[in-house]
Amino acid sequence: MTTATITPTGVDTGINWDEKRGSTMRTKRLRELSETTHPSISLERALIETEVYKQYEGKVPTPVLRGIFFKTLMEKRTLYLGDDELIVGEKGVGPQSAPTFPELCCHSLEDLDNMNNREHVSFSVTEEQKEIQRDVIIPFWQDRASMTKMMNMLPEEWHLLFEGGMYTEFMAQRGPGHTVADGKIYKAGYADFMKRIDDELAAIDYNNDMDAEHKQSELQAMHLVCEGMIVLGQRYAALAREKAAECDDPVRREELEQLAEVCDRVPAHAPRTFREAIQMYWFTHIGVTSEMNNWDAYSPGKFDQHLEPFYNREVAAGTLTREQAREYLECLWVKFNNQPAPPKVGITLKESATYTDFCNFNTGALRPDGTCGVSDVSYLILEVMDEMKLLQPSSNVQISRKTPEHFLHEAVKISRKGWGQPAFYNSDAIIQELLNMGKSLDDAREAGIASGCVETGTAGKEAYVLTGYLNVPKVLELVMYRGYDHYTGKKIGLDCGDPRDFTSFDELYAAFEKELKYVTDIKVAGNNLIERLFMDTLPVPLLSVITDDCIAKAKNYNCGGARYNTSYIQCVGMGTVTDSLTVFKKQVFEDKRFSMDEVLAACEADFKGYDDMFDQVFNHTPKYGNDDDYADDVLREVSESLQKIVAGRPTPKGSKTIVEFLPTTCHVYFGQTMIASPNGRHEHIALPDGIAPEKGADINGPTAVIRSAAKMDQLKTGGALLNQKFTPQVVAGKKGILGMSALIRSYFAMDGHHIQFNVIDRATLIDAQKHPEQYKDLIVRVAGYSDYFNNLDKALQDEIIARTEQSL
Amino acid sequence: MSGRTPYVFNIQHFSTHDGPGVRTTIFFKGCPLRCEWCHNPESQLFTPETMTGKDGKIERVGRQYTIDELVDDVLKDHMIYDQSGGGVTLSGGEVLAMDHDYIMELVRRLDEQEISIGIDTCGVAASRTVEEMCDYADFFLYDLKFIDDDLHKRYTGGSNHLVLKNLRILAKNNARIFLRLIMLPGINTDKDMIERTMLWLRANHIPVEQVDILPYHKYGMDKYAKLGRKAIYFDVPSDEQMQEVKAEIEKFYDNVTIGG
Repeated sequence: MTTATITPTGVDTGINWDEKRGSTMRTKRLRELSETTHPSISLERALIETEVYKQYEGKVPTPVLRGIFFKTLMEKRTLYLGDDELIVGEKGVGPQSAPTFPELCCHSLEDLDNMNNREHVSFSVTEEQKEIQRDVIIPFWQDRASMTKMMNMLPEEWHLLFEGGMYTEFMAQRGPGHTVADGKIYKAGYADFMKRIDDELAAIDYNNDMDAEHKQSELQAMHLVCEGMIVLGQRYAALAREKAAECDDPVRREELEQLAEVCDRVPAHAPRTFREAIQMYWFTHIGVTSEMNNWDAYSPGKFDQHLEPFYNREVAAGTLTREQAREYLECLWVKFNNQPAPPKVGITLKESATYTDFCNFNTGALRPDGTCGVSDVSYLILEVMDEMKLLQPSSNVQISRKTPEHFLHEAVKISRKGWGQPAFYNSDAIIQELLNMGKSLDDAREAGIASGCVETGTAGKEAYVLTGYLNVPKVLELVMYRGYDHYTGKKIGLDCGDPRDFTSFDELYAAFEKELKYVTDIKVAGNNLIERLFMDTLPVPLLSVITDDCIAKAKNYNCGGARYNTSYIQCVGMGTVTDSLTVFKKQVFEDKRFSMDEVLAACEADFKGYDDMFDQVFNHTPKYGNDDDYADDVLREVSESLQKIVAGRPTPKGSKTIVEFLPTTCHVYFGQTMIASPNGRHEHIALPDGIAPEKGADINGPTAVIRSAAKMDQLKTGGALLNQKFTPQVVAGKKGILGMSALIRSYFAMDGHHIQFNVIDRATLIDAQKHPEQYKDLIVRVAGYSDYFNNLDKALQDEIIARTEQSL
Repeated sequence: MSGRTPYVFNIQHFSTHDGPGVRTTIFFKGCPLRCEWCHNPESQLFTPETMTGKDGKIERVGRQYTIDELVDDVLKDHMIYDQSGGGVTLSGGEVLAMDHDYIMELVRRLDEQEISIGIDTCGVAASRTVEEMCDYADFFLYDLKFIDDDLHKRYTGGSNHLVLKNLRILAKNNARIFLRLIMLPGINTDKDMIERTMLWLRANHIPVEQVDILPYHKYGMDKYAKLGRKAIYFDVPSDEQMQEVKAEIEKFYDNVTIGG
């Protein structure tokens, strides 16, 4: 029974609030608004940016130009303060409103139509917005946009491979990102950061330091964005007071007055309370994601540890209850969900077809002293995640040898509900990965996290940039057809000789490595051109303020100012390339059952007319995922080649390349660009996600999968994603929790980086595809993130259905 | 491989329902009983068979393993046994009806590696094997299908004399016993029958650690067609019936689960 069908303004909505998620009526209403508002675009940011550029471009150094733009945006932008809100700030003009970033990607009118009309991941665009785009934005930004510039700059060979689906380019429509907050914003405010910047400005030696002018403009820009952040807080304080004065409801009036006080304090100064700490993070989040459309937005990282001192202090003093803390967190959850990832188009949309912006909480991670960081706030975050059940933010738990079994079990209990959260990360592995990349043990413990999807990094101290996906099995495809690509009908790769002349597996493998080197050389050369473009034209002063050691070095985050710099290349399709090479090794060269010529012809024919060969390669050849050393040795060999050829390359800002294994939705796109593979994967079918075995290849259960996956030396990578799907029966009851927990512990003991569970039966998914209307709330783990099943296009839905269901 | 080397029809890793923790279950092929409801009919014959699907696809069932092969295979998951308090469960068919020397050698080898061993048995086995097994097995999943010997003979094709005798042997050797009772409505679920079973257990001082009551189900019945045999169907017990049986047994034992 409920009486609460009335909104705060007295409108009867007819909604049965008892069925809605949220621990209070407030958060139920906020969540409902977030879930029922259709995403739209906002051109306000683009218009303010255009004005600033028209006035200042060419007159001030580029960093200062970006600083002025940010400050002006904070001064002029529309502020949203909705009914019920306790935590404020939106990236656009309200919930589900996404700003555009014409300095990166200047959308054409067709792009806008496409965004508005497409079936999945759509955004409302008005006729008026289209006119503004046509008359104001396009004329100014078309040639200035970094996407236009890079596409003109990149060489022909780069474009051929790009269009052929050999790799993607992360910086095409978004900026370098995947970054995570550390604890500094809970100990100091932007006024304090400004003082530090002033000190560095005063210390510049204009006579002897040849970089003095550069440093000055970087620091001036950082100063300007701090001013902008402070203005944002002041404007919200004023707005809250204005609303309080107009408010007839005494309860809400008091809330608004308290909100004004919170905004008087943060972000200018360090937060004093639990609520202020959350608001501090959120203002920073809005600032960072308005400054630049960086991939994966921004993430709170070890939020439980950052909030813990505030929580303990206030609970002990009696000024905060656990339930109040829960409500603040639920308000924050809604805020994350209110921000769809800004609209993507073209290949960028294909590699990441989702509203999700990959914000991630790292709960239960290690403390700076290396002890276990699980606290009551960690449990509270798990409870909030479970109650709110929203697409965003993603939430993961970090599990170490020190994690109490109870915490793991509580996380498993939520995970087995089947909507893909939380994901499980191995803290002990993350530390070793970071040490291997040259980070200090102190930094690795304090800030070691997995952000966005699965990538490892040091929060608040590192620019770790994902640069694009690499289609590893397609490298083999190019070897097979001497550089010819069936998808584009062009020669895009290197001719490594006629494979029909190869007399041994070693010869084939040498050709594979040669092609891999060719592709990587072109990809990395392109990355470096693009990195230079961002260094020169798109600095990010705000992200620099909050990333060590940009202020001290007077150097921008995008220019190598961070303490650590890493450039990731995300490799996709390990299962397919492993099994395909294994077919050549076993069936062609060892057993001589088929000739190279026959395999080439069969793949081109999608195995039509080659039933016997298909049966042999698909059912009677060793496969990765079964703890069969014959196949797994090939996996090891490929992963060593990736280390040798793709990793360790220097970049202009002083970073170096590292490989990692995550696909987002790119495995579907990559599969679409490929003909059939020698292992029996049919043409255009999705590649396996992450380091999962090829679909249907793993037949010996989940323990064999984790043993195979652990044979790849994951500690030398930036992370690898392993998705395991179970039917509900397998993980039911106490025994199910025990089984899942033991599987996680065992995989992590073998140095696995990440494991994730989908607990849904196949029949449910097939039914959901037929009757989408009945499964509106069905969330599945895609790859490193969860999404509504209905938001996925049919190819991806099919792919998820086909993933091996580990059932008993 | 010796003619006495048993056939295995399945090795199931990540088993959570065959004893404590996460286990690997080895299913040996061959059983002295012919339970009419058996949902693994391919487990009954001691020799290899073929199963033919509707699509004409032929699957060969039954393969011999050397003891080394089996030990190597199950040791692969040692980490998950350690993490979960699991181990290996030997099942069937009827594992204790396999070649005595082979089975005893297998459990000695597993015991050497400190792997927990569980025995899933219908109790129709040589008492010498049962007695020796007590030195190695951590627990027995022990089926007691019918306390009434006529019913036992009628539905399983064999007498329950050995079943009851071996249960007494386990008790004498202080074995951990997880009793498993299949529930066939209208045949062995009535109150009198349950009470008779419980009273026998009490009178014979059988120390039962847990009683699992297993509802009859129809999954896997398509296997009969694949083997060219005719399946016999029983009624599936309702949740209420299972709860009633559970309540009845709880008068005697605290630790009763439905479904194991």
